[in-house]
Amino acid sequence: MAEPTPAPGGGRAGRAPAGRGTAGRTARWRGVAGSWDAALLVALALVVVAGALAVEGVASPRFWRFVTLEVIPIALIALPMTLVIITGEIDLSVASILGLTCTVMGQLWLWGISSLPVLIAVALLLGALLGAVNGVFVTAFGLPSLAVTIGTLALYRGLAYVVLGDRAVADYPPGWTTGAIAAIPGLTIPWMIIVVAVLAVVFGLLLHATPIGRGLYAMGNNAEAARFTGIHVARAKFWLFVATGAMSALAGVFWTLRYASARADNGNGLELAVVAAVLLGGVSIFGGRGRLVGVIAAVVLLGILRNVLQLAYVPANTLTIITGSLLIVSVVGPNVAAMLRDRLRRRRPAAPLPQE
Amino acid sequence: MSARIRGGRAVALALLTALTLAAAGCAGEEPATTAGQPAAGGGAKTIKEGLKIAFLPKQVNNPYFDASDNKGGKVAVEEVKGVYSQTGPSEASPSAQVSYINTLSQQGADVIVVSANDKDAICGALQEARTAGAKVVTYDSDTNPSCRDVFINQASAEGIAASQVKLISEAVGPDGGEIAILSATANATNQNAWIAMMKTELAKPEHGRLKLVATVYGDDDDQKSFQEAQGLLAKHPNLKGIISPTTVGVAAAARYLSGSEYKGKVQLTGLGTPNQMRAYVKDGTVKSFALWNPSDLGYLAAYAGGALASGLITGKEGEKFTAGRLGEYTVGKDGVVLLGDPFVFTKDNIDEFDF
Repeated sequence: MAEPTPAPGGGRAGRAPAGRGTAGRTARWRGVAGSWDAALLVALALVVVAGALAVEGVASPRFWRFVTLEVIPIALIALPMTLVIITGEIDLSVASILGLTCTVMGQLWLWGISSLPVLIAVALLLGALLGAVNGVFVTAFGLPSLAVTIGTLALYRGLAYVVLGDRAVADYPPGWTTGAIAAIPGLTIPWMIIVVAVLAVVFGLLLHATPIGRGLYAMGNNAEAARFTGIHVARAKFWLFVATGAMSALAGVFWTLRYASARADNGNGLELAVVAAVLLGGVSIFGGRGRLVGVIAAVVLLGILRNVLQLAYVPANTLTIITGSLLIVSVVGPNVAAMLRDRLRRRRPAAPLPQE
Repeated sequence: MSARIRGGRAVALALLTALTLAAAGCAGEEPATTAGQPAAGGGAKTIKEGLKIAFLPKQVNNPYFDASDNKGGKVAVEEVKGVYSQTGPSEASPSAQVSYINTLSQQGADVIVVSANDKDAICGALQEARTAGAKVVTYDSDTNPSCRDVFINQASAEGIAASQVKLISEAVGPDGGEIAILSATANATNQNAWIAMMKTELAKPEHGRLKLVATVYGDDDDQKSFQEAQGLLAKHPNLKGIISPTTVGVAAAARYLSGSEYKGKVQLTGLGTPNQMRAYVKDGTVKSFALWNPSDLGYLAAYAGGALASGLITGKEGEKFTAGRLGEYTVGKDGVVLLGDPFVFTKDNIDEFDF
């Protein structure tokens, strides 16, 4: 994948220390991001190897199947979320969109719509629409996405309860539910992973190999400056929210069929797992930095780590503490590293700016 | 809590024999029978040693499941010389439970004892675990019958109704008098089933002196239940007793009575938890109340799982197995095993419980 090219006028206004070149900053961050991706991949390999050696059942065919099944919905939502966070926005309503599409799908099935393609199409359209609502509030009204999507997080989850209440729709044809988690012939890995892989390539190319992708980094670094260079900031953000909604709905379809159960509380709290993976993947919560390969590594790492620890009889609370600590480290780590480097440089005023 | 008090479909009554077999006496050295060959007599065949029996509650760190698993299931697993474990999500969600079922199945658990957060959502994972060789016992909250081998039902509707009427009858005394019911919501299926059966029970000649004068609904809301209890006594000055078969209602009514002039004069019973009712039992407001004993529930579930994994039972109706100190049980329709009559808490035993 291509390196993100520093956007014209990149560097966060107000955050960049005065008198320091923005090109130098971006280059340094690129270095940090690159090494972070590598660190994640090394951590991933270490967890798998150590787990396979120390814990019975790790890295067995069934292990990979279960890990993949758990990772798929998080990965589906993390792809567009990465782009959203790179632009400096966030979407916390994703799990509620997932829940609402699950219930609507369930209700339509109860009403006798028995064509799976139709149900999927309706779900995706609904997801896109829900995402568009977020997009309109953020771009047309200029409201902060954090506030807007906390609102829709509650709103969409509430609507999900309006649709199905405390009922669950579970009488889907067994062919659908087993089909959704069926393995690739000859393997134990579910075929849905191919869909995730294709979408990952699409999002990866979009982010790292197109002018649109470069524009996303630019607006994450400085939306104002990006606008002056002719980037359609509002339009790009709007469509990113739409894409996030649609991908959340796709995850909802998968969720419904995987668990053979449409409930209003489906995927409750999943937004935190997604945001955690994206941030652990090296994407800056302030926007402008991060790469998709790191996010994918982080999604897989969290999924594998969780399963390894469960197999090693680590209790649920400890598990939460470990993932929480990892997240803190991932957010604080790169910042502390950059700060230390800044300090060191200040001691040696003659030192040249890092060059690539 | 009252959501857990569900009307079971069990039709078979457990044969609560007086046999309190010492645990050591049951677990002999006899080799286990082959799978699929149910024991005819119950006592002759024994549960295999070294079985991995794992408890998967709705959520961990919940006092109710702590009692059922760590104080009941664990004891039973140790009695049959098995390997006990309890695992589960920290939030009661079906998807998190699925992840733990997958883990247990990979760990090669022989028995998974699970309280389902969703009767359908964990089905697929349970089926996969069964394909991998695990036996599945549900307790407290069932899945679809096709997804498990047996369900340990904590109480039948008949048992609850009979026990509630018996307790109020004992508390009010031989002279009888007017009684009332303080229920949850007006359309709660389980509550209405119990109330209907209580009416049948009250129609029997031995309860002829008890007269049901009102049924009111506290909506499982503490304040509403409190006000309804207050209203009952204002409206029916001759009231002698209240039955509140819901944990919220019985606690609220007890709180009202304990602070009123009716304390000790108007009797109260119901379905409650020891922690909520302890103070009112000790101050004399409530003589006794009922609920199942969660420790017994977990204990029985572990024995049922052991019997399944040892091939003593397969989950078919009519099969019998022995559950240590609880005695012999018979599998009912749809693989349901009924724990027995509700457990009665009084001031003498309430301190033994913490949930």
